[in-house]
Amino acid sequence: MNQVKRLISRNAVPLLFGIVCLLGVYFAKMPGQFLLMEIVKRMARNSFLVLSLIIPVAAGMGLNFGIVLGALAGQIALILSTHWEWAGIGGLLLTALLATPLAVLFGFLAGMLLNKAKGREMITGMVMGFFANGLYQFVFLFLVGTVIPFDNPRLRISTSPGLRNTIDLSRIKGTLDGIWEVRYGFTKFPMVTFLVIAVLALAIWAFFRTKLGQEFRAVGQDRHIAGVSGINVDRNRILAIVISTVLAAWGQLIFLQNIGTLNTYNSHEQVGTFAIAALLIGGATVTKATIGQALMGTFLFHLLFAVSPNAGQTIFGSAQVGEYFRVFVAYGIIAISLALHAWQSKSLARASLEEDLSS
Amino acid sequence: MSVPVLEMKGISKSFYGTQVLKNINLTVGKGEVHCLVGENGAGKSTLMNILFGMSVIVQTGGFEGSVLINGREVAFDSPRAAIDAGIGMVHQEFMLLPGFSVTENVKLNREITKPNLFSAVFGNKMETLNRKKMAQDTRTALDKLGMTIDEWVPVAGLPVGYLQFVEIAREIDKENLQLLVLDEPTAVLTESEAEQFLGVIQRLAQSGICILFITHRLDEVMAVADRITILKDGELVRSGPKEDFTISQIAELMVGRKIDTESRKKRTTRPNDEGAVVLQVRDLRVNMPGEALRGIDLDVFRGEILGIGGLAGHGKVGLANGIMGLYPSQGKVLYEGQEVPLNDTRAALKLGLAFVSEDRRGVGLVLEDSIANNIVLTSMQSQEKFLKPGLLKLKDEKKIMSHALESIDKFDIRCTGPEQIVRRLSGGNQQKVCLARAFTQEPKLLFVSEPTRGIDVGAKSRVLELIVELNEMGVTVVITSSELAELRSIADRIAIIYEGRLAGILPPDAPDVQYGLLMAGKSLEEVGSR
Repeated sequence: MNQVKRLISRNAVPLLFGIVCLLGVYFAKMPGQFLLMEIVKRMARNSFLVLSLIIPVAAGMGLNFGIVLGALAGQIALILSTHWEWAGIGGLLLTALLATPLAVLFGFLAGMLLNKAKGREMITGMVMGFFANGLYQFVFLFLVGTVIPFDNPRLRISTSPGLRNTIDLSRIKGTLDGIWEVRYGFTKFPMVTFLVIAVLALAIWAFFRTKLGQEFRAVGQDRHIAGVSGINVDRNRILAIVISTVLAAWGQLIFLQNIGTLNTYNSHEQVGTFAIAALLIGGATVTKATIGQALMGTFLFHLLFAVSPNAGQTIFGSAQVGEYFRVFVAYGIIAISLALHAWQSKSLARASLEEDLSS
Repeated sequence: MSVPVLEMKGISKSFYGTQVLKNINLTVGKGEVHCLVGENGAGKSTLMNILFGMSVIVQTGGFEGSVLINGREVAFDSPRAAIDAGIGMVHQEFMLLPGFSVTENVKLNREITKPNLFSAVFGNKMETLNRKKMAQDTRTALDKLGMTIDEWVPVAGLPVGYLQFVEIAREIDKENLQLLVLDEPTAVLTESEAEQFLGVIQRLAQSGICILFITHRLDEVMAVADRITILKDGELVRSGPKEDFTISQIAELMVGRKIDTESRKKRTTRPNDEGAVVLQVRDLRVNMPGEALRGIDLDVFRGEILGIGGLAGHGKVGLANGIMGLYPSQGKVLYEGQEVPLNDTRAALKLGLAFVSEDRRGVGLVLEDSIANNIVLTSMQSQEKFLKPGLLKLKDEKKIMSHALESIDKFDIRCTGPEQIVRRLSGGNQQKVCLARAFTQEPKLLFVSEPTRGIDVGAKSRVLELIVELNEMGVTVVITSSELAELRSIADRIAIIYEGRLAGILPPDAPDVQYGLLMAGKSLEEVGSR
């Protein structure tokens, strides 16, 4: 009985959202085939991004709101590759290659900044994301076409500075998904994308069995003790953020090759919050996140996303309310999970205190 | 004669002008168990920090003297360098990662790895852990210590006693280990664990590792030591083979100090109605990290100055912090026959208890605020003094100012005026502000913790005088201090706390030996009270 109780309290968040999802599915009254298609599409799009969050969590840096920087690196590479008219899967791979040094640089700078804000990584990362967004907009909305000579009608409207609002990515659209697709009813399973995700999951799993992974985990548990035993704490923390940022850059490319258009000024904006919400729904906390939680969370979060407009339509008579509801849910989840986590660690502390006093 | 493993010659060190170590010489030979004893603040930790090249030493301008390992002079600039030279340390606080297994902790940052495809490209950091080999090594180390626990069990949840052994397993797993420093390792162990532990120490010494053992338990010293070095106030009092000492000698050498009988005479009135209990403490447990109280019974008489003494980490500062609700506590506290609600600072203040915290800059003062505001803060918050009548409870600045000026005068606070920011004051004057604030509450019972810590000599005696003056005005005082001499100069009775419990109560003029023995965990009967 106690075990059941503990199991429930440990998985309170995924259970809660599982129930909300079931209700959503019930009220949305969407055909199963359609639902399956939506879920497969969204899992393929987003899983990589969510997985990119795991390593910084293990290194004790909390949820990396800074993956926005990675997304930006991916988008910058994509803008350039569109300009140079790279196409096909080769074009996508080349874009990923181009995004990597950018992401390494961004990750390095972010890591240095976060080392100055130990213990406040999440809020720092979040604000850093806003700041980076500002810089990005400054460059691509203002400098491009005025200071930076750039004249490509596919990317720019000649009458005003800056890039177009949306950029057509048809040259690389579906290049990864389309290599090998398995059909089931209406649903196309992008096998290679799933393979890439599986490889990443496996790589993360293997990574934590290496010396470096062990160091990350040690730093994550206690910086002081790790430092005393000779581990270079600051360097490891920077490395964790660099890895996360690079993965996020690639994740954003996978996301965008599936969507097929780049919203130049918006695509990256909610990458951080949505990926983090997904991870948290899976039952992860600020201090512990597993691959299973990431995948489970992505599934639940996007199931909720898929059904909420229709559920909103049935329950409130307006799809708009459903739309609103899912954004509300995303932020609500982050708040609830963080509060639950704080509450759990507090009650744990209280339990250990009582144990201490009665000993 | 063989070259000693460790030699420290003429070590001196000062922090910001205060000399904490004066010309210390220490020699440890191969296979020797060397006990280092001394009160808190005697300089033991500083000496060990020097040996370990800790950053606190490096950043404060290094030290004088030289350290020799196997006859060769070394200069460690980081703990890493000391570890590489074969020095191991078991810290007072555990250096274990709770989420890691025993093996992972033992092998922390010394993991055994095997190459893989990625490590060939990205370097040896990407090598896979060889968990099997790591576990084997750990098993060997655990077996040496006579530990039967599983090598993969997570450290979180292991009994405290085991953690100590895991730490030692980690140290002896280092192949080049020559010198093992144990900083009060038995403080957290039960008696049987401690016994097992001492056995392990002797076995290690026989295998040729030399051991520098820091402890307060004097019977342990007598049980395992080959040589004993006693430090006091940063000076080496005596060093020699165990046979040259008896327990009571060590105790006396550790705490012995000339008592300043002068200040005692300043007390003109004695508590007149002795015997009337003003504060009753029953089975009080306080969970103050590092200073836990594990069930204490104590009576405080009206009008007295009760001293609370004991070594650091034994819980003496837990008493006041617990009663005042600053740390979670359990038990029963009666003030004037009325129960004091625990874990409720506000209620304690309302009952007329006041507290001058040992953490002057953290808890004691609002550093960025003015002297005036600091003086009235507690009274304003808990007793609604210094407020203008009305719903809004506005501050009565005029009243505050005049009271602040009065206090500055009375407590002799050296400042530019009541508006001065407290941070800019010297330690002694900050302490006077704390006292002034406590006094403003017009308390009947005042707790004072470590009132003279970190303040200069002149201010020290003034602060003590002030406490005595307050007492003479009818305030019962419970004063906690690490400086026994200070307690003995002003207190009527002195309670010694040992391992979170009351070891005994002594009169201020009791001999040094008795204090030393109580602090080292002997009971009053053993001490032989007169």
